[in-house]
Amino acid sequence: MATSAGEPKSLPLILARELGSNLATPMFLIDADGTLVFYNEAAELLIGRPFAEVGEIPALDFGEELALSDSDGSPLRRRDTPAGIAFFERRPAHKLVTATGYDGVRRHVEATAYPLLGTTDDLHGVLTVFWEVREPADGA
Amino acid sequence: MQARVWGCRGSLAAPGPETLRYGGNTSCVEVRLDDGSTLVLDAGTGMRPLGVAIDRQPVDELHVLLTHLHLDHLQGLGFFRPLFRPGVDVHIWGPASPVQSLADRIAIYLSPPLFPVRLADIPARVTFHDASDDAVSIGPASVRAGKVTHQGPTVGYRIEEGGRTLVYLPDHEPLPGGHVSHEPAEWMSGHDIAHDADVLFHDAQYLDDEYPQHIGWGHSSIEHVMGLATSAGVRTVVLFHHDPYHVDDELEALLGEARKRWDGPDEDVRLAHEGMTIELDGEGVRFRGWGR
Repeated sequence: MATSAGEPKSLPLILARELGSNLATPMFLIDADGTLVFYNEAAELLIGRPFAEVGEIPALDFGEELALSDSDGSPLRRRDTPAGIAFFERRPAHKLVTATGYDGVRRHVEATAYPLLGTTDDLHGVLTVFWEVREPADGA
Repeated sequence: MQARVWGCRGSLAAPGPETLRYGGNTSCVEVRLDDGSTLVLDAGTGMRPLGVAIDRQPVDELHVLLTHLHLDHLQGLGFFRPLFRPGVDVHIWGPASPVQSLADRIAIYLSPPLFPVRLADIPARVTFHDASDDAVSIGPASVRAGKVTHQGPTVGYRIEEGGRTLVYLPDHEPLPGGHVSHEPAEWMSGHDIAHDADVLFHDAQYLDDEYPQHIGWGHSSIEHVMGLATSAGVRTVVLFHHDPYHVDDELEALLGEARKRWDGPDEDVRLAHEGMTIELDGEGVRFRGWGR
């Protein structure tokens, strides 16, 4: 039977998780407090660990654990990641980043994030979809 | 508080000899608070006979709490007699939209060619409110809305008074295509608004074997409603929003299926029917009417 393990999630987050659970496109969700609350099975392949093992953690810690960097290799500040831009500036963002999964594999990833704004324009979180790309050509 | 069902049919009014026991009017529940304050949950066709009853003992003020604006929850509004009585204050609450005000959306229905009377020409003093996630006081009650999964902006209402809680979730699909019993409670639409309710009115439109053909339509299977009620620690479940194609005998078969999924006494799970009256007070929850 279902059990209550945390704070109730808002409806936009619930719907986004439901969508992600039915997609083959990797995605992760951050809530309005900046906590990573979910990623789907497709994302587990790139992140290198099941969500059930990682659990809910601050998005900042999640970004640091994946050692996010820009396409030129310079470390990405939290505010400069697509999810960070969507969270702090409440606008969609897209970027090519590199990330090292929990499996130790470094990958080039295209990531698009957008804020989940409710019917009264309140921020419920951020949904990020991402996909692995081949090593980009110089200047990409 | 006391709740009385004036309409419990879903989607479309379904009058006729095969729906006499549970009724054919669409969603409308009257709630009288201990100080006499009147709440009306949804404005389906059951609102017409409710308006006649209120007109016999007129009130100065009432609150209409709309869960959403599908016609089966709105169609009775134009036939609600208190709206045509000057001097009555009618407060209409409903889900917010990022595009149009609640008044503008309701006026789409209450205007020609769909309806002969314009909303602006209604004699009563009508005030519109966006349903609030935060608790608001209406008379002695605390009323809170919670957004839930349906088609389009939709809320459920939680009404607390005198230590008792009534929750109204007439149109709700907690996990489209999913199994409620597999999900953590915090990820379940409706769990927050329904938790620990003494009485939960809940969508029970489909038998479990009907649901796969209706995933995403915004309504619950028996597994959904009973799973949510159990997970949320609800004490009494009133199965509501009956499918217009379900005749009385089929509803009673559905009730049997629901009770199989309930660990408590059978009488804690009931089928809503027109005329069902529920008293909630310090002594507990009591049903009146013939209901099963």
